[in-house]
This record gives sequence, structure tokens and C-alpha cells, in this order.
Amino acid sequence: MKRRRGTQRVPVGLLLPAALGLAFLVLPLAGLLIRAPWSSLPRRLTEPGVLSALWLSLRTATAATGVCLVLGVPLAWLLARVTFPGRRVVRALVTVPLVLPPVVGGVALLLVFGRRGLIGSWLDGTFGVTLPFTTTGVVFAEAFVAMPFLVIAVEGALRGADARYEEAAATLGASRWTTFTHVTLPLVAPGIAAGAVLCWARALGEFGATITFAGNFPGRTQTMPLAVYLALETDLNAAIVLSLILLTVSVAILAGLRDRWITGP
Amino acid sequence: MSEIVDAHLVVDRGGFRLDVRLRIGAGEVVALLGPNGAGKTTALRALAGLQPLSAGHVTLAGVDVDRPDRPLWTPPERRPIGVVFQDYLLFPHLNALDNVAFGPRRQGADRRAARALAARWLERVGLRAYERSRPRQLSGGQAQRVALARALAVHPKLLLLDEPLAALDARTRLDTRAALHRHLAEHDGATLLVTHDPLDALVLADRLVIIEDGRVVQEGDGATITARPRTDYVARLVGLNLYRGTGDGHSVRVGADLVLTADDTVHGDAFVAFPPAAVALHPKRPDGSPRNAWPATITGLQRHGDNLRIQLDGPVTVAADVTPAAAAHLNLAPGQEVWVAVKAAETHAYPATPH
Repeated sequence: MKRRRGTQRVPVGLLLPAALGLAFLVLPLAGLLIRAPWSSLPRRLTEPGVLSALWLSLRTATAATGVCLVLGVPLAWLLARVTFPGRRVVRALVTVPLVLPPVVGGVALLLVFGRRGLIGSWLDGTFGVTLPFTTTGVVFAEAFVAMPFLVIAVEGALRGADARYEEAAATLGASRWTTFTHVTLPLVAPGIAAGAVLCWARALGEFGATITFAGNFPGRTQTMPLAVYLALETDLNAAIVLSLILLTVSVAILAGLRDRWITGP
Repeated sequence: MSEIVDAHLVVDRGGFRLDVRLRIGAGEVVALLGPNGAGKTTALRALAGLQPLSAGHVTLAGVDVDRPDRPLWTPPERRPIGVVFQDYLLFPHLNALDNVAFGPRRQGADRRAARALAARWLERVGLRAYERSRPRQLSGGQAQRVALARALAVHPKLLLLDEPLAALDARTRLDTRAALHRHLAEHDGATLLVTHDPLDALVLADRLVIIEDGRVVQEGDGATITARPRTDYVARLVGLNLYRGTGDGHSVRVGADLVLTADDTVHGDAFVAFPPAAVALHPKRPDGSPRNAWPATITGLQRHGDNLRIQLDGPVTVAADVTPAAAAHLNLAPGQEVWVAVKAAETHAYPATPH
């Protein structure tokens, strides 16, 4: 038996499941492309409902990522840099939305931020602000589901960053806040960016919590995933087109950011 | 000379206790020398405020900055210090100029003034041309000089150097040591240099404080310490054979069967020291009147510079330096029996209890 030099030998026991796994992930996407109504595509793309849903999705996902950055980065810093009693419990709590079914998350949000909810009734009574079934509600639902992705990524980056740089900054007269803004943040910027991309992607695809907490009002709370689901009931081709748009936009943005921010091994 | 540092550093940390008293005057360079794990870096971190004291005190330029008994503790950013860390810790996202300007900015200088000051410091360490370079583009020696400029740019009353030359190769080390010596001489504040390299300590410092296992074992200027080591560690550092015994005039009894003779006069508890180069090896008992002579067995040979260093066992263990020619002539090998002879003129005896 001849053996070619330089050939990496892969056991069949690994190669076969690997190939099946790849097919399993790629085939549905290929199906989407094959079944797409290419001839009517230009007309369908310019339908006002489609564009408004896409625009709403991009806006809310970006706003939710912003919320997650403002709240999640300090939370990650606290988990990574400060020892306090119950830190493990806090870390576990942060990851709960990861394992919680999004619909349950939506129900929980309603109970707290709904008009009769714990905080919602106060918001309504004091400021006249209602969150459920509004665009802000969509952002709430998306941020709730996506924040753990950001916190976990940023905490990992902070733990990987050398804390002695922060000591060096302190010996040069920097307060802890200045050290955070001028040393820590730049050092973990790639990690924050990677976390933000994951967070944004998760927010863009959010369905369960959104439809439960914010409902499904076109132009106001109907994001792309909701529009796809609704279209599926009436017009399969419309659902395919919407799915295709969502797929193209998310893949394009992720691919664009990947080279610059997410450098895998 | 006004005193900048007055400290009694006590740090308890999981079975290890550091207990060191330190005083450093303005313009003085003190080297804290000791083996790994002796507590050198802990002492430096305690002075910098990166490690709180368990007891004792730190007073910098007359101001208490750490007193666990009050309790009072000043964080590092409000202490008049500058630190050069062992691996420099230059901020990787800033260029050399902005690394040096970081401290002055925090002290309230505006961006332009801070950069102008940083440029002058880079000029002083000879790296003006590298002000736009990121730390990873600098060589080890250049990074060390930028780190020194960064620490000095805040005009610290106390400059702390943690193994500043340890990360450099031998050639760079020589140049950098000379440059560092010049900058330390110009620094009008106090300097504490932490090192495990006796050469760095002897070249750079006015005074040496040697610590072992968290305690000061010997303190003094370089000449005293190299001539009169008080522990095995210090003796090894300065390359001397060291024994403790009981003095009686010119002779010191260092074991049941061995009395060494020195030119010095000592009485009672005493140390005897002599360099390996003062030891001669003979195949038989030497003729004449060799006072310091005893039979010994060779346990090891290794290269030592141009010579061979021979380890011998006998009434005391001893290291001897012989030329390769002499070694070949004597046909030295481990296990061989030889006679050891040390001249009294090169043997120093001194009291074990200082003053």
C-alpha cells in the first residue's frame, strides 16, 4: 500500500460525522437559495412592509447592542476585577437568559415592565411611559436575551488581559476610572468588539421574547424574524425572500467585521 | 541628606512574613538584593501601594502613606512614586511618546505640555527617534529605557526599579546598566532597586540591603559586603568560601578537626572567608609550613570563566578555582583525594555579631 507523503490522515470515524455536520448546517441555507422566487425578487424587495421590517430590525438590534455595551461592560468588569461575596451567584444569574427559553424571558419582562408589572406600573403612573408593544419594548426584549453574550465575551477578555497594566497606570497617577477608560478599555477593545458582534447577531435574530413582550405590529414592533413567521402563514415566497434578506444582511455584516475584530486561532 | 523613605514593611501572606526596615535618603540608591522568594518584590509593591501592609508603616518624604494601626492607606496613584516593572508593562496601545506622557497627563498637564515633557525625557534616554514606535516595535533595551523615562517623567520622590535588567540579554545588559547608572546619578529623589544580580546591585547602588526569607540578613556598602559576607547566600553571591566558627587570636576553629589561620585577630563567634582563587590543590601534603591545609575529596568540576571551579568535600566543603593547565597537571577527577591549602594572607576573619 502506498502512502503519499505529507498527507494528513483523517480517521473515517471523524471525517464522516464532520461531513454530515457540515451538510446539516449548509443544506437548509442552500434550500433557501434554491427555492427563492428569483424572478419576482426585485418587486418583492421594494415592498414597503419588507423594508420597514428590515429597518426596524437593524435599528433595534443596534440600540439593544448599545444598551448591552453601556450596562454589560461595567458588569463584566465587576465580575472579572472585583472580588465580592456572591460573585459566583451573580455570574450564574447573568447567564440565565442564555438557557431560558426566550418566550419565558418575554413573559418575565411583561411581569416586571408590563403596565401592571412591578416597575412598569410605576413607570406608567409616574412618567406615563409604557414599554410593552412599543419599539422600546423590542429593544428591551432583544437586550435581555443578548446581554449574556456580551458579558461573557468581555469578562473573558478582561480575565485574559494582564491586570498589571492597570497597576502600572496606578503608579503613574491614574485613578481607577481613568485606568479603566485609558488602559483597560483599549486593551480589551477586540474582546468587546467580538462580544458586541455576537450580541448584535443574537439581537437581530430575536423572536420569542420580542413577540411576547412587544407584540407584532408592522412598522412598530414587527422585526424581520416576526415578519418571516407571519409571512409563512400566508405567502411562502414572501417568507423565503424575507429570510434571504436577513441571511444576506447578517452574513455580510459578520463577514465584514470578522477580519478586523474576531481573530480566531 | 534628607530622608525620603522611612519604612517598616510587614506583610503577612499565607505562611510568608516580610519584615524589613528601610531608610533611603534623597539622591541615595539602595539595592534590595536577595534570592527568589525572599520578598524583594513584595517589599517594592508595599512601598508602591500595590500591596497593603499588615503592620509597620511607610512614610514617604515625611508623609505617612500606609499605617495599618491608624488605619491610613494612600493608593498608589496618590503616592510620589515612579515604578519600572520587571517586564516594563509599557501600554501596548500607546506609542513611546504617549506612554511617557501618560504620567504627566494624569498629574494635570495638558496634552501638548505632557507630550513636550515626554519628548524631553525620550531625548534624555536617547530614544527621541522612536517616539512614534509602539512598544512591540522596540527592542528589550529600548523598552527598558522608555519604561525608565515613563517612571521619571512624573518626578517621583521615590523611584522603584523591579529587576530592571533581568529581561535583557548579556550585551544589552552591559550598555543599559551603564545608562541606568547615569540616570540614577541624576535622579535627586530616592531610588530602590530590587535585584537578584549582585553585579547590578554593586554597580548601581550606594548601599545594599540583603534579604533572605523576608528578613534583612546584611546591610552595608558594596566593599563591606563583598569582603565580609554574613550568610552562605551572600558568600555565594560574591563568590567567597564562608565558614562560621570560634575565634582565638589569629586562629578560628570552624569544625571539630579544622582550625583556620588568618592575619586578622578575632575572639569568640566569628566568620572566616576566602576566595576560591586563594585555594591551591596539591596531590600530597604540601611541604613547608602550610597552616591552612587539609585533605579533601573532589565532588565536582565545572567551567568558571577561563578557569575550572572544583567542589571539594572534607572537614568543610570548599570551592577552588584552578587553571585548566593545573587541572590537567594534577589530573583532577571527581572522587580523587587531594590536599587543600589556603594562604593565611588571603583568609579574612571577622566577628559574627556586627559591632
